Amino acid sequence: MNNLLTATLGWMDDRFPVSQWWNEHLAHYYAPKNFNFWYYFGSLAILVLVIQLVTGIFLAINYKPDATLAFASVEYIMRDVEYGWLIRYMHAIGGSFFFIAVYLHMFRALLYGSYRKPRELLWIIGMFIYLSLMAESFLGYLLPWGQMSYWGAQVIISLFSAIPYFGEDLAIWVRGDFVVSDITLNRFFAYHVVSMPIILLGLVFLHIIALHHVGSNNPDGIEIKKQPKNEKGWYLDGIPFHPYYTVKDIVGVAVFMIIFAAAIFYAPEMGGYFLEQNNFFPANPMQTPQHIEPLWYFTPFYAILRAIPNKLMGVIAMGASIVVLFLLPWLDRSPVKSIRYKGILFKFALFLFVISFLGLGYLGMQVPTATFTLMSQILSVIYFAFFLLMPFYSVWDKTKPVPERLTD
Amino acid sequence: MKRLILATILLLPALAFANIGGPLLEQAHTDITNKASLQEGAKLFANYCLGCHSANYMRFERIGKDLGFTEEEVKQSLMYTTDKIGETMKIALTPADGVTWFGVAPPDLSVTARSRGVDWLYTYLLTFYLDPKRPLGVNNLMFKDVAMPHVLWERQGWQAPVYETVKDAEGQEHQVLTKLELVDKTNEKERVEKYRQDVLNLVTFLEYMGEPAKLERQRLGIWVLLYLFIFLIVAYLLKREYWKDIH
Repeated sequence: MNNLLTATLGWMDDRFPVSQWWNEHLAHYYAPKNFNFWYYFGSLAILVLVIQLVTGIFLAINYKPDATLAFASVEYIMRDVEYGWLIRYMHAIGGSFFFIAVYLHMFRALLYGSYRKPRELLWIIGMFIYLSLMAESFLGYLLPWGQMSYWGAQVIISLFSAIPYFGEDLAIWVRGDFVVSDITLNRFFAYHVVSMPIILLGLVFLHIIALHHVGSNNPDGIEIKKQPKNEKGWYLDGIPFHPYYTVKDIVGVAVFMIIFAAAIFYAPEMGGYFLEQNNFFPANPMQTPQHIEPLWYFTPFYAILRAIPNKLMGVIAMGASIVVLFLLPWLDRSPVKSIRYKGILFKFALFLFVISFLGLGYLGMQVPTATFTLMSQILSVIYFAFFLLMPFYSVWDKTKPVPERLTD
Repeated sequence: MKRLILATILLLPALAFANIGGPLLEQAHTDITNKASLQEGAKLFANYCLGCHSANYMRFERIGKDLGFTEEEVKQSLMYTTDKIGETMKIALTPADGVTWFGVAPPDLSVTARSRGVDWLYTYLLTFYLDPKRPLGVNNLMFKDVAMPHVLWERQGWQAPVYETVKDAEGQEHQVLTKLELVDKTNEKERVEKYRQDVLNLVTFLEYMGEPAKLERQRLGIWVLLYLFIFLIVAYLLKREYWKDIH
């Protein structure tokens, strides 16, 4: 039996780099041995991506991208399809969990300087994944054809029309109609199930290739590849990804699935944060809801948009709030990567940034009042200041010396 | 640093929930595992609501199965609009007729418990009151100038509003509606209680109808979580075994 397996593998290896790939990316891929809590979210994001793809196929089998049938077909999935409710909840709630994983994954990069040289491209590919994910979830959110689906899409697409000269035409081109309609739904379905998943998968592939080329960062921000190798051929502070991190990530998967399952089975609506009440009203183009808001993962940017009274300037600010993230590798000029060796200035700035991001996320869900708008403006300034002042405070910061070896 | 972040995260929900919920909303405290309540609610729904409101996504057969009715019982006490048990709860009233008769087409009620909320429906059905200014003679505290007549009036009786005069900061006097009272006060206490039970049964049924899989979901969830906990233990032991040789 064993001989047969070895022979088969040999046969395969002569024709395809099976063993080579296995070794390069798993068995002989050396990762720092001190990964902590924050390092689970990369593999968890891949897990959610797979869940979304699989459940998405089953949903697409039963869903009808037609304005007169879409809402009913979702209810058909919830009632008449065997375990359709489970598949639909996994997909809808999976969307929120995707962002939870990705936000924590990105925050990890902020903590430990994982975007710094030589990982600038890794970070930029990651940012493109984040952008694609935003597009993917926005497109998918229209499909249930509820009131919030409809009016959310209406509001966001109309942002294009703020662009001078060709904005209005661009918005019509995106919708395929003068308002969000059956035509829009049909094309959003195509983008959601064909274009974006291909782009996402391609970018995730590039992200992993880039990661394995430069090697993983770690909570100390030390390059383990600069260390000598031991008698086993491992870097001194490195361990093979497989089996050590595969078995560790499985523990992460188990904990994540427990939280995910608890939400699916006992709080699928999560008080309106995962499934909004308003989206159980079928889309009605004749009736604008009093209060239109995106789902929680977009609200920080929505708050920045609304903080500025001028529509075009608001759109520019919202775009800038995401573009500025791309520049992060060049804004941070600290001599150290990890927060462990950074000084009080950077820590304080990061703390303020977290406050501003969460605060904007909260404000983006509220009906805008004068006080809330003022608060959004203050927090938006803090948000941008974190990035734009980083070249200064990261240099002035009193950093600690970085050790040669990992500390834990 | 970590503590500050944690404290902020923990405080956030408190902020978010600070301004949700009006002063009026009454808590229904439904229990969708209560079959008797669901059955009564289903009958009320078929008798009082299904004339004008459809439930296009809900099948009679499913109701029978989930609520413990026999096929005969479903046919006798629920099915007035069709004789096919596999049918959904459709109605003969067209949206156009609805607009002609009421000014607005009565909405489909399949998922109303999820869009409006159970407590909203509960309070709504309790707060119809006489208002001569309205075409059908009634108004509602939850839904101002509602087009729907008080269909359940024979079970509740008519309620009249009680106004109080209050002075605002500038000394202007205003009439403020403070409460609703039954016009006919015979056996008031029992009748109020009985009607509240009717409405509770009805909204319990509406909650079930909003998500018929809810019962199954909550039953299945325990087993999924139990499996995942065992999986976690095994995964953790495996990880510990492998990681013994590291450090």
